[in-house]
Amino acid sequence: MDPVLLARFQFAITTIYHFFFVPLTMGLSIIVALMETIYVRTGRDVFKSMTKFWGKLFIINFAMGVVTGIVQEFQFGMNWADFSRYVGDIFGAPLAIEALSAFFLESVFLGVWIFGWQRLSKGLHAATIWMVAIGSNISALWILIANAFMQQPVGYAVENGRAVLTDFAAVVLNPKVWVMFPHTFSAGLVTAAFFVMGISAYHLLRKQHTIIFNHSFQIAAIIGSIAVVLVALNGHSQTQQLVSNQPMKLASAEALWETEDPASLSILTIGDLTLRDEVFSIRIPRLLSLLSFNQLNGKVMGINDLQAEYEQLYGTGNYVPPVAIVYWSFRIMVGLGVLMLLLGLYGLFLVMGDATDSHTTSLKIFLYAISLPYLANTAGWMLTEIGRVPWVVFGLLKIPEGISPTVPGSFVLTSLILFTLIYAALMAADVYLLAKYARMGPTPYTAEPSQPAPDTEITFSVAAE
Amino acid sequence: MDLNTIWFILIAVLYIGFFILEGFDFGVGILLPFLGRGSNPEETDLRRRVIINTIGPFWDGNEVWLLTAGGATFAAFPLWYATMFSGFYLPFFLLLVALILRGVAFEFRSKDQHPAWRKLWDWSIFSGSLVPALLLGVAFANLARGVPIDGNMNYVGGFFYLLNPYALLGGITTILVFALHGAIYLSLKTTAELQGKCEQAAWRLWMPTVFSLLLLLIGTYLSTEIVDRLGVNPGIIPISGIVAVLLSGYFIRRRRLGLAFISTMFTIAATLLTFFLLLYPDVMISSLDPVNSLTIYNSASSPYTLRIMTIVALIFVPVVLLYQGWSYWIFRKRIKSDPQTLTY
Repeated sequence: MDPVLLARFQFAITTIYHFFFVPLTMGLSIIVALMETIYVRTGRDVFKSMTKFWGKLFIINFAMGVVTGIVQEFQFGMNWADFSRYVGDIFGAPLAIEALSAFFLESVFLGVWIFGWQRLSKGLHAATIWMVAIGSNISALWILIANAFMQQPVGYAVENGRAVLTDFAAVVLNPKVWVMFPHTFSAGLVTAAFFVMGISAYHLLRKQHTIIFNHSFQIAAIIGSIAVVLVALNGHSQTQQLVSNQPMKLASAEALWETEDPASLSILTIGDLTLRDEVFSIRIPRLLSLLSFNQLNGKVMGINDLQAEYEQLYGTGNYVPPVAIVYWSFRIMVGLGVLMLLLGLYGLFLVMGDATDSHTTSLKIFLYAISLPYLANTAGWMLTEIGRVPWVVFGLLKIPEGISPTVPGSFVLTSLILFTLIYAALMAADVYLLAKYARMGPTPYTAEPSQPAPDTEITFSVAAE
Repeated sequence: MDLNTIWFILIAVLYIGFFILEGFDFGVGILLPFLGRGSNPEETDLRRRVIINTIGPFWDGNEVWLLTAGGATFAAFPLWYATMFSGFYLPFFLLLVALILRGVAFEFRSKDQHPAWRKLWDWSIFSGSLVPALLLGVAFANLARGVPIDGNMNYVGGFFYLLNPYALLGGITTILVFALHGAIYLSLKTTAELQGKCEQAAWRLWMPTVFSLLLLLIGTYLSTEIVDRLGVNPGIIPISGIVAVLLSGYFIRRRRLGLAFISTMFTIAATLLTFFLLLYPDVMISSLDPVNSLTIYNSASSPYTLRIMTIVALIFVPVVLLYQGWSYWIFRKRIKSDPQTLTY
């Protein structure tokens, strides 16, 4: 089998899989830290119960994020040795800094948080989970700095067939980073918010631990709604950047085969990939220009013109990514984003009306909505990575030029199959545990009277199952 | 001292830190099925939980030393990173699988009652500790011995080249050293009858470990260029490493387990230092032709990158040592065999 294709599949599968767990870690660490801080400030044990309950789910998820992350760091060298050689001068540094500044922070302090309830003062213990939250989100920042270089190389020069770092500040301050990171950071919060709302809804439907889950739902609905808006705003900024920096990605995301001025936005397009033309399309005139340039006129380059331009710039070749995947990933991501915005607002509406006790049927929707951020996150990464095809570093290195030249296809096939199988098995175990503890609710009670009870002293045993 | 040498030293420090810290994690995991035994299933499970809880707060932070060592290798010597990680593809893949299973196992194991569940994750901890110990030893021994690298800095040796006797000896020695190190650690962190068993295990492991290390030293003389590179008398560092492992036995016998632990820490450090001294100024020795070897100069990042990374390291490494040290201080107490107090 083609080693390039195998290496690409493996990287895609392992990255998507890793990114199932990471956004929840990023967002839920903050939510749990908030809950514990409220506990420390108010002394109300209900918030301690919430911290412990959501914290338990957090640590189950965190373990999966960590182990799938180790694979990522090794994979650049293992499967993409020539890529590593080419960009290592620039790309290696953010990864090393990620480990030094973020991984150590989150891993050491999470250990202290899990084991240190009895050993630290309340304030210090809360501080440790804040360290975890900071660590996991800073980790995202550094890996995005690395990825942003692949999308939009800055601060480099090419010497002796390799990219060399010439301006570290430029790499860190790459404008792409500062839309990608807020976008991803907010997406983490959205993921966590829907996770909390969904599981809270499960218990509220059964009228279990209503105080705890009303509080949880409330916090999540507020955070989630704000975060969805931030995701959208940053996504919009990101797309605007694409107009000048990665126009082929934008054109593909819009299935814009021909250059248009003013440019129309596609609602639904069915295309012919061989002829590189539309077969059927519902488009809104001028809307793409409006979104791209903040005015009703403006030229957006089409796929075919860009292909011709790139052949002039870079030589003969196919510079068009798989348009169908890029187009549909974009639609799915944005469509789900709109849906999540509506659901977030509905959640807020329920909370403000104190209606989470009564609207039982519609609460059910939140249970299913847990999956929405996962789908959107995945679609987003597919959009941004597949939209860069054929480049692994835009304009500098093409995908086949980046693989490890001496690793046989059989080796990659072996690791690809085994990773997929092992990951599938671990996913099953992870979901099993999450579902089990989510259903179980906060310990030590398994049921509460349906009358809201006054906040009583809840003693906690540290014992695991 | 040039930047490239500074980074060679820094990476050596990171790998040494990793071996010392994860060394006892791996050792504890390897000993889990042997020391985690009781006269009935409840006692067995309790013992295993205690053993796991001794490293519970620490294993993840310890593992980050590996990630940092790998990341630093990528940042400072990207061509070394590329050649080594792609060249040793299958062993690294196996290492990853082992680390994945072990990491998840720590978190998942005690969160369900089913005996089959716990058995599965116990096995994951055991093999997820044994396999990395073996593979790391094999990898480092191969680096010391030299591997076939061509004129394009690519490893051209295939999989089975890496399983030569010297490398396997390196792997077995690493397993034993980690097991000894882990047993001593457990002796410091457990109480009552379990503590006694751990001390006994440490004592039983000591002789085979000494023997293996001596064999490895002899093997190094025969299989590597240590004589050409360091001279017939290798110097104070490898000798003090042997002295340290001998001392560890003395201290175990005298039940001074704290000093024994320091001795095995020193043994690990000295062994790795010898390795890095042997290697310098190469980072990957080519067995085909010395001209093909990767050095700290031909596989390095630009001086600009090295300078930036040096500043980063100077800022963050002391900070990390501080708070990681603090975490060890917080959890310095022994783990009692009381289910009410066990978190994992």
